[in-house]
Amino acid sequence: MTARDLAALPAGAPPARRFGPGRTLRLGLARIAYETRLYFRAGDTVFFTFLFPVVLLSIFSVAFGSLGEVGAGPDGTGGISQAAYYLPGMIAAGILLSGVQNLGVDIAMERGDGTLKRLAGTPLPVLSYFIGKLGQVFVTSLAQVALLLLLAQLAFGVDLPTDPASWFTFAWVYLVGIVTAAVLGIAISRLPRSGKSATAVIIPPLIVLQFISGVFLSFTMLPGWLQAIASVFPLKWIAQGMRAALLPESFAVAEPGGEWNLPLVAIVLGIWLVAGLVVCKVTFRWIRKDT
Amino acid sequence: MVFTVVSPDRGMEPSSTRPLARRPPSREHGAMSSTSPAISVHDLHKRYGGFTAVDGVSFEIAHGETFALLGPNGAGKSTTVEILEGYRDRSGGEVTVLGVDPRRATLEWKARLGIVLQQTGESGNVTVREQLAHFASLYPQPRDVAEVIAAVGLEEKAGTRIKALSGGQRRRVDVALGIIGRPEVLFLDEPTTGFDPEARRQFWELIRSLSREGTTIVLTTHYLDEAAQLSDRAAVIAGGRLIDMGAVNELGPADARIPIVRWRSATGRHEERTEEPAALVSRLTAEFGELAELEVIRPSLEDVYLGLVEAAEAREEAAA
Repeated sequence: MTARDLAALPAGAPPARRFGPGRTLRLGLARIAYETRLYFRAGDTVFFTFLFPVVLLSIFSVAFGSLGEVGAGPDGTGGISQAAYYLPGMIAAGILLSGVQNLGVDIAMERGDGTLKRLAGTPLPVLSYFIGKLGQVFVTSLAQVALLLLLAQLAFGVDLPTDPASWFTFAWVYLVGIVTAAVLGIAISRLPRSGKSATAVIIPPLIVLQFISGVFLSFTMLPGWLQAIASVFPLKWIAQGMRAALLPESFAVAEPGGEWNLPLVAIVLGIWLVAGLVVCKVTFRWIRKDT
Repeated sequence: MVFTVVSPDRGMEPSSTRPLARRPPSREHGAMSSTSPAISVHDLHKRYGGFTAVDGVSFEIAHGETFALLGPNGAGKSTTVEILEGYRDRSGGEVTVLGVDPRRATLEWKARLGIVLQQTGESGNVTVREQLAHFASLYPQPRDVAEVIAAVGLEEKAGTRIKALSGGQRRRVDVALGIIGRPEVLFLDEPTTGFDPEARRQFWELIRSLSREGTTIVLTTHYLDEAAQLSDRAAVIAGGRLIDMGAVNELGPADARIPIVRWRSATGRHEERTEEPAALVSRLTAEFGELAELEVIRPSLEDVYLGLVEAAEAREEAAA
């Protein structure tokens, strides 16, 4: 190239006009494509957040298959396979991993390695960055859920619901759940003090949460005080909503209070979503100034 | 791998049309005009708890000027530059960059800057071309991606993921990302760290071509030859204070570049500064015969710079 080429437009030509909301949205969409490409190139996130629930569903289905059906009545009918029983929990775990774990670790590492500092020096709106992260979570999580449903149906012969009402429940619990998880992921990305400590700070509490929220273990097996603790956090409610959508109606008796309680699912997730948005708005900074 | 730029070499000659003020020009508030400087720093202070990192630094940089900030590690160079870039808040003083206080940075303002940070360590799971194309999309009037890749000499690595590049190559990606948005002001914080000598010379050519287009360039560097090659003016910062400013080949006290003659006689070691060292040596030889430990030293830029920094540190210690 020549100096003439570099000079094709003079340095110092001022921007024609102020940046508007259309630009924020356009850059947000560009960020979604960029972020999603990066997600699938990082082998460890693909395994630990994308494939992990798939692997667990396979293990549970195979390992507990010999225990027979779950929830059969005294006459031996109405039961479902182990795969069908674990499917809602694995989808809920996938929502947690794709949202909270993925973004919490990802953004903490981006803060640690200088990615955010570089972006801070560009005219990228923070909102476009968030749109990119939310979009990446949405795209990868949808693929993950599709993979779980396909695996359950094709490999383990799970009968998926056929009535629209169940799928409506599935859709709204999924949407509210994944958006809440993504927002909370952004919110907790401030907690690790360095990029290196991100996985150590964020992953263990989430594993504990999965054990106490009815993902791996039946929720009503837990002592009351542990149920009360788990009920504060959103995962228990996402899992409950997913069970409502995917399990037969007869399983509602196994829930606390003997019902799916979907209104409370919506209320608790809604509170977490709003709280997460407020925390993001108040605490998110590209960089920690003066450190 | 080439920073190809077709143009005559500006070399070390300072532009005659630019001010070569030896000291910060006196400032009159409210006297902003159409010829206002690209960057204006007045009595800048930055304190961290009890530690003063920047202590009353003032300078102005004209539009189109290339300005170097020199100084030892920890002198306050990067802190000063990061305040200009909007990365750090200041404790006191006034700063404008393109007429805007960096504390009130807007996206429109950021679009006019290019920033090459001192160190970056991104995971680099994108190719050089993908990264530049993405960053180009963030700016209203970006440069052509292929041209910028060529300008930093990475054509052959355009399809390579950044994490697979060498340190010097990654640094060139940093430089490319700094100029992709066609900045009016380009900040370069130790840009050539990790470059081999050839890459450094090619980088200099790139910077000169940007300067010819009218880009204002702020360069911090440890390499005095780099400052001498590129900058119209330089400021030396030590201990958070600006200790000298001017054309690089005029830095230092008036006598700093006068050659030194040293020798030993029966009465001990002697040292004399003289513009005519050969005449002095022949006079001494005529008088005393062969001289023990005779040296004629012509202070290099480095000697002048080290002399400045040492003098500043000595003053600092005396004051403490």
